[in-house]
Amino acid sequence: MERVSIDEQRCKSCGLCISVCPVKILIISDRLNARGFRPAQCTDQDKCTSCGSCVLVCPDIAIELHREVKA
Amino acid sequence: MAEQMKVIYERPKSWANKVTHYCPGCTHGVAHRLIAELVDEMDLLDKTIGVWPVGCSVLGYDYFDFDSVEAAHGRAPAMATGIKVTNPDNFVFTYQGDGDLASIGMAEIVHAAARGWPITAIFINNGNYGMTGGQMAPTTLLGQKTTTSPLGRTPQDNGFPIRVAEMLAQLDGPAYIARVSLDSPVNIRKAKSAMRKAFNAQIRGIGFSLVECLSTCPTNWRLTPVESMERVRKEVMPYFPLGEFKVVEGVL
Ligand SMILES: Cc1ncc(C[n+]2csc(CCOP(=O)(O)OP(=O)(O)O)c2C)c(N)n1
Ligand code: SF4
Ligand code: SF4
Ligand code: SF4
Ligand SMILES: [Mg+2]
Repeated sequence: MERVSIDEQRCKSCGLCISVCPVKILIISDRLNARGFRPAQCTDQDKCTSCGSCVLVCPDIAIELHREVKA
Repeated sequence: MAEQMKVIYERPKSWANKVTHYCPGCTHGVAHRLIAELVDEMDLLDKTIGVWPVGCSVLGYDYFDFDSVEAAHGRAPAMATGIKVTNPDNFVFTYQGDGDLASIGMAEIVHAAARGWPITAIFINNGNYGMTGGQMAPTTLLGQKTTTSPLGRTPQDNGFPIRVAEMLAQLDGPAYIARVSLDSPVNIRKAKSAMRKAFNAQIRGIGFSLVECLSTCPTNWRLTPVESMERVRKEVMPYFPLGEFKVVEGVL
């Protein structure tokens, strides 16, 4: 499972998450979703610090965050 | 060794899992998410009744799994008062834009605040009438161009913007009044704690509460979502300062 999961069908390509990510791992992809938006995507899962900033600004609840724990 | 993942953030349970009709980057969605998170965290799903306005959030009732009603334009506080009087154990909130609450519905919100009955208002200040195409609202800033102030708002022609939170805080009725901003992660965190206090003011039976949320309308502002957030910080906040304007004893 990924640290940063972006539900591409919910994303409206607003770019707010990209503007607040402190490690700059979010970009707009070149795919189109069913509504015609180019969804945000994470370029480097390992760099995500789980800070939650992207989730806080996302108006479409498109982002979910997880983090691996030692079993 | 199997890898285990712990949840940092998942969609709230009280969120009805639909894609909203809001424009990209519109902070109505942020305010909605905070309400859903608090309803989950405060275990209010079975007790909540939302009262929705006329404005872009007219369809808000569709996005949550709690009960909702739709009010006539500006009349949400009157409806919420009636619902709360007859259902005192329910958690009743209104969700209103600045046209709804501060133009056509100004009388209702003033009297609801003065009465002090424990209901909660979430007030979305985005500086215009978003739904109908960006007309001037009571919160439109001086100099701001809208479709009904095409040369910019002037005090001579249009009067001054109204600071609703400060105005209502002068009344003796309210238990909690605050202004927050949805422009950035740090301010969105603070917005959620203010909303939690507002919800608590009602749940603890203390009295009326209102949280004014500085919000964006990228479409009618003709700015990108990111530029809209910057405009809130640079232009809106100096006129509409953030803070708690009324906190009576017992609100936490
Ligand atoms: C009685 C009545 N008058 C006028 C209207 C037209 N109208 C619809 S929404 C609206 C204003 C909405 O603005 P606001 O409350 O700021 O909500 P926003 O869309 O900005 O979130 C108006 C005037 C109406 N629907 N009903
Ligand atoms: S949680 Fe923080 S670091 Fe991870 S993608 Fe979101 S903003 Fe970037
Ligand atoms: S903030 Fe949400 S809707 Fe906007 S681009 Fe990022 S994931 Fe998509
Ligand atoms: S018109 Fe403005 S307030 Fe309405 S959904 Fe679009 S951006 Fe949001
Ligand atoms: Mg408005």
